[in-house]
Amino acid sequence: MIRLEKRPQPSRTWASVTPVLAVVLTMIAGGILFAILGKNPVEAIRTIFWDPVFGEFAFYYRGQLLVKAGPLILIAIGLSLGFRAGIWNIGAEGQYIVGAIFGAGVGLAFYPADYWFIFPLMVIAGAIGGFLWAMIPAILKTRFNTNEILVSLLLVYVAEQLLASMSLGLLRNPEGAGFPGSRNLKQYEAASNSEIIAGTGMHWGVVAAFIAVILAYILLNRHMLGFQIRLTGQSPRAARFAGLKPRLLVVFCLGASGALAGLAGMFEVSGPAGQISIDFNSGYGFTAIIVAFLGRLHPVGILLAGMLMALTFIGGEAAQANLQLPASAIQAFQGMLLFFLLAVDVLSNYRIKIGKGEAA
Amino acid sequence: MSEPLLKLEGLRKAYPGVVANDNVSFQIAPGEVHALLGENGAGKSTLVKMIYGLVRPDQGRMTFKGEVFEPATPHAARAAGVAMVFQHFSLFEALNVAENVALGMEDPPKQRQLARRIREVSENYGLPLDPDRLVGDLSAGERQRVEIIRCLLQEPKLLIMDEPTSVLTPQEVEILFETLRKLQSEGTSILYISHKLEEIKTLCDEATILRLGKVVGECNPREESARSMAEMMVGQELHTPSRESEKPGEVILDLAALSVESSNPFGTSLRNVHLEVRAGEVLGIGGVAGNGQDELLAALSGETPAPSDAVKLNGQEIGNLGPNARRRLGLLAAPEERLGHAAAPDMSLTENALLTGAIREELVSGGFLNWPRAQGFAEKIIADFDVRTPGPGNAARSLSGGNLQKFVIGREVLQRPVCLVVNQPTWGVDASAAADIRQALLDLAAGGAAVIVISQDLDELMEISDRFAALNEGRLSAPKPAKGLTVEEIGLMLGGAHDMEMAHEVA
Repeated sequence: MIRLEKRPQPSRTWASVTPVLAVVLTMIAGGILFAILGKNPVEAIRTIFWDPVFGEFAFYYRGQLLVKAGPLILIAIGLSLGFRAGIWNIGAEGQYIVGAIFGAGVGLAFYPADYWFIFPLMVIAGAIGGFLWAMIPAILKTRFNTNEILVSLLLVYVAEQLLASMSLGLLRNPEGAGFPGSRNLKQYEAASNSEIIAGTGMHWGVVAAFIAVILAYILLNRHMLGFQIRLTGQSPRAARFAGLKPRLLVVFCLGASGALAGLAGMFEVSGPAGQISIDFNSGYGFTAIIVAFLGRLHPVGILLAGMLMALTFIGGEAAQANLQLPASAIQAFQGMLLFFLLAVDVLSNYRIKIGKGEAA
Repeated sequence: MSEPLLKLEGLRKAYPGVVANDNVSFQIAPGEVHALLGENGAGKSTLVKMIYGLVRPDQGRMTFKGEVFEPATPHAARAAGVAMVFQHFSLFEALNVAENVALGMEDPPKQRQLARRIREVSENYGLPLDPDRLVGDLSAGERQRVEIIRCLLQEPKLLIMDEPTSVLTPQEVEILFETLRKLQSEGTSILYISHKLEEIKTLCDEATILRLGKVVGECNPREESARSMAEMMVGQELHTPSRESEKPGEVILDLAALSVESSNPFGTSLRNVHLEVRAGEVLGIGGVAGNGQDELLAALSGETPAPSDAVKLNGQEIGNLGPNARRRLGLLAAPEERLGHAAAPDMSLTENALLTGAIREELVSGGFLNWPRAQGFAEKIIADFDVRTPGPGNAARSLSGGNLQKFVIGREVLQRPVCLVVNQPTWGVDASAAADIRQALLDLAAGGAAVIVISQDLDELMEISDRFAALNEGRLSAPKPAKGLTVEEIGLMLGGAHDMEMAHEVA
């Protein structure tokens, strides 16, 4: 009989080993899945994990890696603060959209003027957009005790409608021959989030993501607020005893994650995406939830997890194109990653005992 | 002596890293009340779990009524005639008494029949209980009666009682003892687990004393003093906390008409509590659990806000201040629930030192944490209060209950409080550590602080309090000098009065 026995305290070794173990298990299970689909599993795994970084066309893929990882990391860092405190912002996708609309809106309002401050202003507007959108669940929770999971999630669909309305109406390109979508910000120098070093995919959003990682690390390890966030997540009653104001924390966590998601949206719309369009959002806000957990809600972990997730995106696309793997197989593969992570996570708090159990 | 009812020979049970019981042997005669004495962690629970079929011994044998007894499940133990009343009740609050009793039976009769039998048993044994009442409305003592009657309906040969009096008022204890004596006269044996030595002296015929899993002594409790038994339990001489009595000083804490709604829907709201505590004084607050103790602590710690003039510290109105503002002024608290309230289980001791010490110990500057100072404070608590742990980096949940309690109390005492409020300071703590904690509280008072001790352990309160008050349904009685209070007076203050009549007088 196999039993689980609670460890007296969480094992640090296992906490850092489990993500690696989860990746290995995903590769094995994914390989089996690909084999059943009639593909060579070794080739498929290599296409997903190896080729984008070291393969023949890596020069193209490597740039993409940071482009995809940047927003994932930026959003996941924000989400991880709330998740640690037991405040569940599931609506980062909506905050991402609203941040993009705010940022692009400010930029387009100046078109075609050319001032140095337009881009910084857009950055601020993007953060404010995401922040305000996150304040809706925050205020409803603190005032009326509504569930932030439901409210923030449902607001994603509202934001999507808002996005459609913007790209069809207020922000539509007047010179776009009636096509939905705004002007392309890439062609508007003052509002463009262009690559900082050509060919690397490094844009301001990626810089912001790295800064967010560092700030989150300092916040959680060196600052009272970070301590209170961790304390609230572990034992809310002890946190109240320690003098924390739970409402303030709800506002801070939702606000910070909203602002970072808004920033990610703003950097995306002014950079890689280029314009507000109906299908501008591509699920970063939801994938970031996986990234946050894959990175164990730890800033450095999220940095690595964001890169890994970006890799499976890019490698997955390559596998679709080169090996004709169905897109749903790639999604299942990404889902497995979270599944295995949560499954092996048990090992950091429990140890497995094999042998005769107690009657209890 | 006739053939023993239950005989244990060389029982051993080991868990990973700890031997819970080793070579335990004793026997219980029919109709004997046998006490099992020992500190927390001495192995009492494991031992009775083996008798009740919850845990299987690694070695040794048990005989019951002369036959080999190896119950694999509690069901088998009950079938053989062993019943047990646990310290923590397993009752459903939304069901009535008879329904709850039926749930624990193998083959329950019809409700009406069962209700009649419950009445019969409750009258026979002097346990007042109405089978139609909802368990949610019953007091702790009445709930215990439900458990006892559930056992008695099985007509057991051996009744095991685990710390039965910890939730009872003195009057309720008296009623329980009457019942147990009646059972004894009918030939039922009772295995009585407790650490309350005075009770054991009045009730029990024999006592087996466990220490660190081994039998360290057997005695006739009527011939021993409470002190000698305590020393056998602890294995060393006990020192009684002492202090020089001084004249109390200025009023430090002043509660005026404090009424607070409980934040817990099943909690007890505080009603019109008046209280003055002076410098250098220890005020003991007794009461049966669930009469507003948690709420009083929360209202004093600042977790639940009160009208600003209802709580005054040194004349300053602080009712509307939060916990940290009160800490800054010197009003500190240590709640009853250690894991999850006083301390965060998964956090290290250093982090837990920071939890309440941040302000007074200046562990934070400009919002940034000073980890070396926090660790220093944690190490000081560990050293000064003899907390047994490998170091301040260990998680709070890895400490034993008593050690964590020493840490929690030490953390507040070392912050030099002007007024300290503690709830159940020595609950689950072994006798020598409890004595240390009480001494620390007395020293604190001697140093000029006002100390409020909320506890359900009356012996403890009588030992350290200058004045004594009782909480009953959220109301606080007027404090009386602790010296010279009789058990009857205390019982009346605790509100035991409304449960004193015996069932047959009511019926």
